[in-house]
Amino acid sequence: MKIDSSLPLEYSTEENRLKIFGFWIFLGAEIVLFATLFTVYFTLQTRTGSGPNGAEIFELTPVLWETFLLLTSSFTIGLGVHAMRIGNKKAMMAFFIITLLLGLGFLGIEIDEFVTYVEEGATIQTSAFLSALMTLLGTHGLHVTFGFFWGVAILIQVASRGLNPQTANKAFIFSLYWHFLDVVWIFIFSFVYLKGLIS
Amino acid sequence: MSMEEVFHPMQEPMILAAAISIVVGAVVIVAGLTYFKKWGYFYKNWLSTVDHKKIGIMYIATALLMLFRGGIDALLMRAQTAVPDNGLLDAQHYNEIFTTHGLLMILFMAMPFVIGLMNIVIPLQIGARDVAFPRLNAVSFWLFAAGCGLLNLSFIIGGSPDAGWTAYFPLAGTEFSPTVGNNYYSLALQLSGIGTLMTGVNFIATIIKMRAPGMTLMKMPMFTWSILITNIIIVFAFPVLTVALALMMLDRQFGTQFFAMQNGGMDMLWANLFWVWGHPEVYIVILPAFGIFSEIIATFARKNLYGYKSMVMSMVVISLLSFLVWAHHFYTMGHGVMVNSVFSITTMAIAVPTGVKIFNWLLTMRHGKIQFTTPMLYALGFIPIFTIGGVTGVMLAMASADYQYHNTMFLVAHFHYVLIPGTVFGVLAGYHYWWPKMFGFRLNEKLGKTAFWFIAVCFNVTFFPLFILGLDGYARRMYTYSESTGYGPLNMLSFIGGLGLAVGFALIVYNIYYSWKHMPRNEKADVWDGRTLEWATHSPVPEYNFAVVPTVTRLDEYWFAKKEGRDITAGKIEKIHMPNNTGTPFWMSGFFFLAAFFAVFNLWVPAIISMIGVFGFMIHRSFEKDHGRYISVEEVMATEKSLRGDK
Repeated sequence: MKIDSSLPLEYSTEENRLKIFGFWIFLGAEIVLFATLFTVYFTLQTRTGSGPNGAEIFELTPVLWETFLLLTSSFTIGLGVHAMRIGNKKAMMAFFIITLLLGLGFLGIEIDEFVTYVEEGATIQTSAFLSALMTLLGTHGLHVTFGFFWGVAILIQVASRGLNPQTANKAFIFSLYWHFLDVVWIFIFSFVYLKGLIS
Repeated sequence: MSMEEVFHPMQEPMILAAAISIVVGAVVIVAGLTYFKKWGYFYKNWLSTVDHKKIGIMYIATALLMLFRGGIDALLMRAQTAVPDNGLLDAQHYNEIFTTHGLLMILFMAMPFVIGLMNIVIPLQIGARDVAFPRLNAVSFWLFAAGCGLLNLSFIIGGSPDAGWTAYFPLAGTEFSPTVGNNYYSLALQLSGIGTLMTGVNFIATIIKMRAPGMTLMKMPMFTWSILITNIIIVFAFPVLTVALALMMLDRQFGTQFFAMQNGGMDMLWANLFWVWGHPEVYIVILPAFGIFSEIIATFARKNLYGYKSMVMSMVVISLLSFLVWAHHFYTMGHGVMVNSVFSITTMAIAVPTGVKIFNWLLTMRHGKIQFTTPMLYALGFIPIFTIGGVTGVMLAMASADYQYHNTMFLVAHFHYVLIPGTVFGVLAGYHYWWPKMFGFRLNEKLGKTAFWFIAVCFNVTFFPLFILGLDGYARRMYTYSESTGYGPLNMLSFIGGLGLAVGFALIVYNIYYSWKHMPRNEKADVWDGRTLEWATHSPVPEYNFAVVPTVTRLDEYWFAKKEGRDITAGKIEKIHMPNNTGTPFWMSGFFFLAAFFAVFNLWVPAIISMIGVFGFMIHRSFEKDHGRYISVEEVMATEKSLRGDK
């Protein structure tokens, strides 16, 4: 395996560069996936049947917390990748752990939000609006959940194998995924919650 | 669901017979593998392979099997409608058969045939040793195979989907389709769709990043161009299908209201989502065929492809337009004059780049010294027949006129006139053309040509009458009609044509057996005097593809090098890095299959346990240390020597 030491570890081999490129293409597909879910949501958002509309069920405080946690986690994973680039394994792991904990916090609030909705009688079966809302949020939440376990697997590998081209590559690709989920959340925050609260 | 309901399809004698034949076939295969002690060989060389050529062969083998399953469906439909008031099939059985015919032919015949050919040819054509992600490629295949197996299982256990391959709501909802048939639809297509999406990612990365030195984008062979564009369409279209199928599953199995008739649901949302994927899907199966024809016509007319740049441009334009025409599938939905007009114009616009391609092929052949080989016959047959399909497509594109054609046999005739000469002729041409590259011997030309004439003539006998029937008002998907309609004679003619088509396809398969027995082995590497890099390496291709990666300076480098007497594969042999085989994709897809199967029947506990199995394999893969292996210089030299036939 040829290692190009003029590049950061995660880009240092041909295979690594291919993987990063391939993951970007995959993220392109993910954008289409979420774009479709957003389209479904926008199509159905006023079709509430006999159920509540967005303004009636959305609460700003927990959503602001979710936003704060997820945006912060995007910042900390950026710090983690920076630490990885300067070869500081300990700092890298610390930032990744903080990132995953923030992700867990996000998920906790989101689950609480879903439970509240169901208690208020707003379930995924109530109306087309709620089906679309919960599917969109749920798909994002499942991505975060999957990301959490993925991140843990990578941390275990970094801990036991150290920073090498393989583990650095995995950690870097994971950071791309995590940032992507953050971007999706910004759209959810703006166009689902804020827009829903206004109307 | 009671056991009786689960096995209710078997009360039908035809289905019972098919079920028994599947079981007998499976037993024969298992017994054969055990008797000849081939399990180890089978697992090592096929089930756990990551070699793009073998994966491609498995795709094509599956496609041929499904061609027969879908073909039998088609024959049954034609037989049922051959005479008025026929009682061969009842309405339910007929519904199931036209649904599975459509699904199998598009998703499990056309798609894998195209993907199989791209697997075999693309790395060779760009001078690469494998695809970008060989393991992911195996995952793609096995997920596709899992979905394919699941859909075929529906036929025996629980009942097939019966709401048409488009599965429009509310018909496909639980109210009107209470059996598990449409659960199979959403889950089987989901599995194979994810496999296809991974193929898309893989081949874009392969073509963008792994071309031989010197091969810039505008020096790529036309087939490679068509596959690059096809895979870009896949990556942008398939996630829409993923979402649509997930919503369908939620609606049917979790009581959501997306496509419901009450509580704010919108049934036409399904139709829109389906066709936002479905129309690009048409181009996913047709563009590769355009690429194949471009290669074949240039090779057998012995001329450079006319208008290379305009060929590339027209494919790019087609791929963009393919995303902007989906509403033409339901002009009669009533979305207003403005919307219909816009979609009418975008649809007709597609005829322009397609016409450019047709003229380019004709001009390529002009003054050429044409060799009438089997692949070339398919390419030549394609042009006039496809043009009829294209012209009737423009007729259908006119929104106001479409109110007359909508849901009639005219439409059915039109899309068969596009898909059969386009996709089926395309993949068959490619299959005959690249067969010697895969196996080192040719398919018999005489049998191949006989099969072509059967197919080309009988295709028209089968489908041309349907244009007339459709204009006379014969609706599609009707399981029978009365004698007074006067539809009988043309339907009978169509059935006779269908029998002829069956003979043609049977000849194609017989040709495999015949050629395997009788055709000379050790065919030279460049059997057709080809133009592109795949002909520069041996037939069959060694696992590392090229001992020395060729350097490219222009389009059709290999052709010009031959003329100048240069050997582009000469050079210093170095050790070659190759990926290791792995059983993980096979087993992981097996668990995916189980999870989806249990989910069809709402058995959530075993489904979740199976999904844990899937994640287990993902974790195993993540922790595995596997850096591949090296083939030594001596080993490469020995292989090269034996393949050249040196003693």
